[in-house]
Amino acid sequence: MTKLHSAAELENLRAGILSSRDPAQPCIAVCAGAGCRGADAGRVVGAIEEEIGKPGLADKVNVRATGCHGFCEKGPNVVISPGDICYFEVKPEDVPEILARTIKGEVIERLVYAHPDTGQKAVHLGEVPFYKHQTRLLIGDNPKIDPMRIEDYLALGGYAALSKVLFEMSPGQVLDEVKKANLRGRGGGGFPAGLKWETAKNAPGDDKYVIVNAHEGEPGAFMDRALFTGNPHKVLEGLIIGAYAIGSHRGFIYTRHDSPQLIKHVRNALAQAEEVGLLGENILGTGFDFRVELHFDVGIFVSGESSALMRSIEGNPPEPRPKYIRTSVAGIWDKPSNLNNVETWANVPQIISRGADWYTSIGTERSKGTKLISLSGNVVNSGVVEVPMGTPLRTIVYDIGGGAPGGKAPKAVHFGGPMGGSIPERFIDTPLDFDELAALGAPIGAGGLLVMDEETDMVDVARYFLEFLTNESCGKCVPCREGMRQMLKILTNITIGKGKSGDIGRLEDLSDVTGLACLCALGKTAADPLRSMLRYFRDEYETQIARGSEAGRSETR
Amino acid sequence: MSEALLQIDGKAVKATEGMTVLQAAQQAGISIPTLCHHEQLEPYGVCRICMVEVEVRGRKNYVVSCLYPVARDLVVRTRSEGVDKIRRVILEELLAHAPDSPALVALAQEYGADRDRFEKESSFCILCGLCVRYCAEVKQKNAVGFIEQGPRREISFIPEIASKECWDCQECFALCPTSYAQAAYFLTEALAFPGKRRAGSHSA
Repeated sequence: MTKLHSAAELENLRAGILSSRDPAQPCIAVCAGAGCRGADAGRVVGAIEEEIGKPGLADKVNVRATGCHGFCEKGPNVVISPGDICYFEVKPEDVPEILARTIKGEVIERLVYAHPDTGQKAVHLGEVPFYKHQTRLLIGDNPKIDPMRIEDYLALGGYAALSKVLFEMSPGQVLDEVKKANLRGRGGGGFPAGLKWETAKNAPGDDKYVIVNAHEGEPGAFMDRALFTGNPHKVLEGLIIGAYAIGSHRGFIYTRHDSPQLIKHVRNALAQAEEVGLLGENILGTGFDFRVELHFDVGIFVSGESSALMRSIEGNPPEPRPKYIRTSVAGIWDKPSNLNNVETWANVPQIISRGADWYTSIGTERSKGTKLISLSGNVVNSGVVEVPMGTPLRTIVYDIGGGAPGGKAPKAVHFGGPMGGSIPERFIDTPLDFDELAALGAPIGAGGLLVMDEETDMVDVARYFLEFLTNESCGKCVPCREGMRQMLKILTNITIGKGKSGDIGRLEDLSDVTGLACLCALGKTAADPLRSMLRYFRDEYETQIARGSEAGRSETR
Repeated sequence: MSEALLQIDGKAVKATEGMTVLQAAQQAGISIPTLCHHEQLEPYGVCRICMVEVEVRGRKNYVVSCLYPVARDLVVRTRSEGVDKIRRVILEELLAHAPDSPALVALAQEYGADRDRFEKESSFCILCGLCVRYCAEVKQKNAVGFIEQGPRREISFIPEIASKECWDCQECFALCPTSYAQAAYFLTEALAFPGKRRAGSHSA
């Protein structure tokens, strides 16, 4: 592809891509996201490609290996356009029939969704219960995009927001639009992105950096990987727009070293964007320069903490910095550095294209837009979900998730993984809202939602999360390293029937001090799951400790 | 440098901008306990024992005084129920490692910390990092460093450097609040370069 030098050239390229495509010709999109690949989607794609190679088929149907569609539980997923016909749990053996009937415009009954209780069928994506209650502004493009082809993103209007920003808006206007949209950070804290951008923009110095935090590492969180692997250009476009607003010419993408598919797609996206002149020197002929580097972690969860992440990019060990100065003022190499999470950046292009007024019409008073949720645990339909802020948890757990399997009753929902919290089922009508859930002790965090059924042992859940974080802490500050070590020992003892009286007091003191005294967010929130459980499920702890004390007494008798 | 007037424990304290709360307090004769702090070294901020309560525009917060910068009209409380609880629990966590460390025992008395509150740990290092940072920042030898992460973090002498540099230094021994630095050094010596001490000191 040749380098683009103007907005008109970008639109010409887009028109050319669209005119070369026949929207009436069937296209079979096979999900090749992490979950579906695990369920053999690679062989399904191979089988389709082989079949299409046979005479007479190549010009009648297209195939596309895409990123995550969302419904991981039923993978491998296939969506056929036009019409968005959904097939689930597709096997390589199904492929010849799919092709033969697709070109005839027929639907294969046995592969469509059937409700597990009623048996009611749903053919089209919009009718499948898992998808029906969602608003898929970010993840919805995934089935339409081959993540390795920038053309697919351009065909859906990609980089139009960047073009608008560069040719029609000043950096200040971009910042104002993002502030007006009240886009809050999706990585955990919910801090307004616009205010963060403004701090970096106004901080003294010519060298400023923008960073994508793609270090998704906690158990039960897989939405950022699904979005970034499936649609890398959307995140990249958001990043370039942010760089323009802030006045940055150098960006970093920081991700895990152990997500090969993500790395491949992001590397390819960076190269393609540079090739067509959407990245690098003189973007779209405007004189705006912006380069992006890809960096990897060293395999420890604390790398995702903002100051540790920046130390890691510098080439230092990923240990959080105890200084009382914001990274947006002094981050990488002590230069102003603006870090946002994958999903936050992905929201930026649509805020620019459709406007802050449109964006703020979605959601609650203080939480705007949609939110990606990784839905897993004791739930019938696990997968990546996207719903408007304000959606009641009931809709997510029951209407989308189908409730707990085996006719069991959900006991609790847990948000935010090892740094989040559990709330009992009686709060199921709480809306998805940063502040309301934080007040209950289950902050949304990055968006991992675990459903736990009546058989879940709440002491063991807290123990599990603490075990994870204990191994993923850097070990630098005392209340994190020693506090977690002691909490984990006490919880382990309780779960093996060696609880002692005084354990709850010890756990409360340790968790209070960990929450107040640690030097970074990992430590400060490490005890949050335990605190939420001592708040709502204290009786389970007391019962198990009493059982242990009882056993201890009889042993000594 | 402009001056900043702040309040520490109800007392008006004059400080220079750029100073930390700990420095301002020490200058005013107000004592704040420290474990990982050393005047010759960069503030490290990890033992968290020097935490104090600050109030900025009516918002209360706990910060480490060895790093928190002074500011005009800052209100600092070096003792409060919250501060004392943080220090007590941190001491109890550290006493699980080094129950007989004189520095810890003295502080434990002051803050009512129970040395047997938590199950004992086998290593008596409290990872204050004084030895590591002194060797790096003052001696610029890096003969001792941190290895591993989380609860497995420990200090370790690097035999190749230690065998050359440590025999006539050992200044870190006196800094160590638990005598673990000595133990770690002599263990390294015994395993990696036995006898080198005598050869190096030319006393053989």
